[in-house]
Amino acid sequence: MATIDVHSHTSTQHDDHGHEHEHHHGNFWTNYVFSEDHKVIAKQFLITGMAWALIGGVLSVLFRLQLGFPDADLSWLRPILGGWLTPEGKIDPEFYLALVTMHGTIMVFFVLTAGLSGTFSNFLIPLQVGARDMASGFMNMLSYWFFFASSVVMFTSLFISTGPASGGWVIYPPLSALPQAMQGSGLGMTLWLVAMALFIVSSLLGGINYITTVINLRTKGMSFTKLPLTIWAFFFTAIIGVLSFPVLFAAALLLIFDRSFGTSFYLSDIYIGGEALPNQGGSPILFQHLFWFLGHPEVYIVLLPALGITSEIIATNSRKPIFGYKAMVGSMLFIAILSFVVWAHHMFVTGMNPFLGSIFTLLTLIIAVPSAVKIFNYVTTLWKGNIRFTAAMLFSIGLVSFFLTGGITGIFLGNSAIDIQLHDTYFVVAHFHLVMGSASFFGMVAGVYHWFPKMFGRMMDEKLGYIHFWLTFVGVYLVFFPMHYIGIAGFPRRYYSWTNFETFSGFADLNMLVSAAAILTLTAQFIFLFNFIYSIFRGKVAPANPWNANTLEWTTPRHPGHGNWPGEIPTVYRWPYDYSKPGAKEDFIPQHIPYSETPESNLPHENELVKLEMNDGAIIVEDKKHH
Amino acid sequence: MSLIIGLGVVLVLAILYLIFRIGNLVGLVKGREEESTSWNSVNAYLLMLFMILGLIGFFWYSFVHFDSYNLPVASEHGEVTDYLFWVTMAVTVVAFVLIFIAMFWFTFKYRYEVGRKAVFFADDHKLEIVWTVVPAIVLALLIFSGLRAWNDITGPASKDAVVIELIGQQFLWTARYPGTKDKQLGKHNYKMIDASNEFGLDLSDKNTFDDFKSLELHLPKGQEVQLMIRAKDVLHSVFLPHFRLKMDAVPGMHTTFKFVATKSTADMRAETGNPNFNYEMACTEICGRGHFSMRFPVFVHDSVEDYEKWMASQEAWLKQNPEYLQRVPAELREAAIIKAGIPADSKEAILATPVTVTLN
Repeated sequence: MATIDVHSHTSTQHDDHGHEHEHHHGNFWTNYVFSEDHKVIAKQFLITGMAWALIGGVLSVLFRLQLGFPDADLSWLRPILGGWLTPEGKIDPEFYLALVTMHGTIMVFFVLTAGLSGTFSNFLIPLQVGARDMASGFMNMLSYWFFFASSVVMFTSLFISTGPASGGWVIYPPLSALPQAMQGSGLGMTLWLVAMALFIVSSLLGGINYITTVINLRTKGMSFTKLPLTIWAFFFTAIIGVLSFPVLFAAALLLIFDRSFGTSFYLSDIYIGGEALPNQGGSPILFQHLFWFLGHPEVYIVLLPALGITSEIIATNSRKPIFGYKAMVGSMLFIAILSFVVWAHHMFVTGMNPFLGSIFTLLTLIIAVPSAVKIFNYVTTLWKGNIRFTAAMLFSIGLVSFFLTGGITGIFLGNSAIDIQLHDTYFVVAHFHLVMGSASFFGMVAGVYHWFPKMFGRMMDEKLGYIHFWLTFVGVYLVFFPMHYIGIAGFPRRYYSWTNFETFSGFADLNMLVSAAAILTLTAQFIFLFNFIYSIFRGKVAPANPWNANTLEWTTPRHPGHGNWPGEIPTVYRWPYDYSKPGAKEDFIPQHIPYSETPESNLPHENELVKLEMNDGAIIVEDKKHH
Repeated sequence: MSLIIGLGVVLVLAILYLIFRIGNLVGLVKGREEESTSWNSVNAYLLMLFMILGLIGFFWYSFVHFDSYNLPVASEHGEVTDYLFWVTMAVTVVAFVLIFIAMFWFTFKYRYEVGRKAVFFADDHKLEIVWTVVPAIVLALLIFSGLRAWNDITGPASKDAVVIELIGQQFLWTARYPGTKDKQLGKHNYKMIDASNEFGLDLSDKNTFDDFKSLELHLPKGQEVQLMIRAKDVLHSVFLPHFRLKMDAVPGMHTTFKFVATKSTADMRAETGNPNFNYEMACTEICGRGHFSMRFPVFVHDSVEDYEKWMASQEAWLKQNPEYLQRVPAELREAAIIKAGIPADSKEAILATPVTVTLN
């Protein structure tokens, strides 16, 4: 085998290494561990995020085993799960709730917030706006290490004897406030709160950095109207995060007070464990308001970066400009603003004043309009393109498909009258797993396939990417589509088993299908994992611009060093979507190519700009107002 | 045994790895360009196949298995929300199918071809205005019909509505009925809860005397019912799937839901052809270990008279727990004995009645 290996290496005549390490000035610790380089921090976020995704995925398969194969003997898992299995080899009901809770927490926060924004905002913002690094490298480093600390605490909570937090990822009090209500509300909940506090610090440090960098460190000529949609998405995401995470922090703090210092923010009139608690006057609904004031924007914190990433990938691989750039930016802005005024649609039947329900129904369905516009724009971008199905492109198409399928069910749930029946059933589970979970996950994976060459200087294997895509795409639909039916039939979520009810006695077949598909989908992720690790070391060497893309990151060398560009930072002259421009020699014109070099493809108003390019070197009229 | 399985797994993985490596090398020899174009077509065809099979599967299952996922509806407002649900379904399925087909058709039709150039089509204001305004109008229509229904459902209950209290606790439900004499629920206070007084009845309120407890939710058919919902310990949620009714039970506050049942249990048994059919109530807010087991049986009487007959047959809580007469203020005890229907010659009644009365 060894000879063949050597042969494969020489025959592709890759590896221009030997020079690629000269930009590293520090030692191992400062270069790879406590690095202030945005690219290294991005990779740290990515790899931590992938580890979390794996854990979150395994947890989901565990509880799917219980739901799909309720009679199965899981004793073979005893070496791992120990006391969490009942003597008959079934998952303990309380552990089931812990699994559901931790799956949600991990996926929403640790994978799709930190893993997605942390990776791609860090990696792409400086590279695409033309900056040497983040505004504050030190804060950026702190952001990762706070996240790491948070991860350690959350991970530890999985192993304590009373189990991790188990009251659902929304941790509604009083359940989460009273250790006597369930085991997981003891130490596990404390650790959850500590971990989330650290997480919020991390998220704020990162977010402030992203905002500052986008505003202040754009290269010459990079006006806001020339920003790639990825950057717009990261920019809005960071703003949403900075405005909403502090509210979760406040909610968590008050919960800590209620738990440990005898306050009654959320507690009132409780009789539990044979005694009446002294707390009076608090309201559990208050917590729900505070939680969802973050919780709903959080949906868009998770989703917008994925939409940004796929906008870029779909345009590049359709070889077409993204359709309606301004509408795309506008709809993201609109979504970002509206995301703050729809939170109570999670609370229609919690006892909130029904008048509020009317208001939030109205606002919620308004937010469907910009989302619809985005879908139409994606589809139109595909129209009359010349589509290359790279793995990244397939995952992006998958995202649009999920966003459509899951988004449409939002119209049911946002309507308070219809939500009465569907609230907290599997219909909701299907809805949000498609529209935010799977869609964002696909955005993240698409991003990895697309920017892997820039991250690691090598290509990922495309064919493994195809297999990964098809298994995951079909798998995800098989997992979540049947849940709509189960939900319409009224099956409540977070149920360990439905056999107590005649009403919910059916659908053993669908539940088995869902569980089998979940196992298949998780298994397919190992193909990705293999591809990822293998390609870091042995992938085909990447050219500087493997996808013939327009954005600035592809003007850097194969291994961008600290500071990203060896010489001067390129100046930007045009928007990032000049693909297949009529008259142009090639089907793409990168952002740093001045109009004066492309007279054959310039539009009339662009010819005007040529003169300005000549006059003052680079800066274009509309850019002046930004400086 | 597990060692052999482990070794087997390792072996299989090693073989897969070798196949992958060899495939890569063969690819290098053959040249990549041509191959990537043919893979491109494979993916385009697969996307098409996915779209067709996906839509067929969706429509097939939705029609063939309609009865298995569509719960029969048994309340007045439920018929309204079901109608809204299916109208929304019709509108969204049309939109979904059109967009779904368009998207996958475009990916197929415009798959990569050497030498073809994509069309530079960056924006079109007319088109964009159309697909902003059209969804906005459709959504507005859906919203307003939804809001009207919502306002009706959440509006105040009528004065002659039957009031029933539902109390959630880990991990069971109880129902409290106001009793036939005063038709008023008596006051309660969570600090008065103990092993027997599970409602926390405040016995200084004379309305509590004839309140009774039920471990089954009994409802009249055709008359408005107002559920008063509360929880003792953590959040719970009342869910009556056939009545399209859901409302959280919150410690420290009352929530309510009013509705009219349109089909009695007997009606439903006839409709479904299942002689053992029973309505059920479930909990839909995570409340701890036994969340999934909080089943509460529901029985809908054929008529209001039937229901009242059942009401009359129930014993007041105070009658079942006559020792609590001691907690009733002395001046109200006699009224309590009468109202609760406690036999005047029972031990507790005699003990509770003021001595002066017996001397006379």
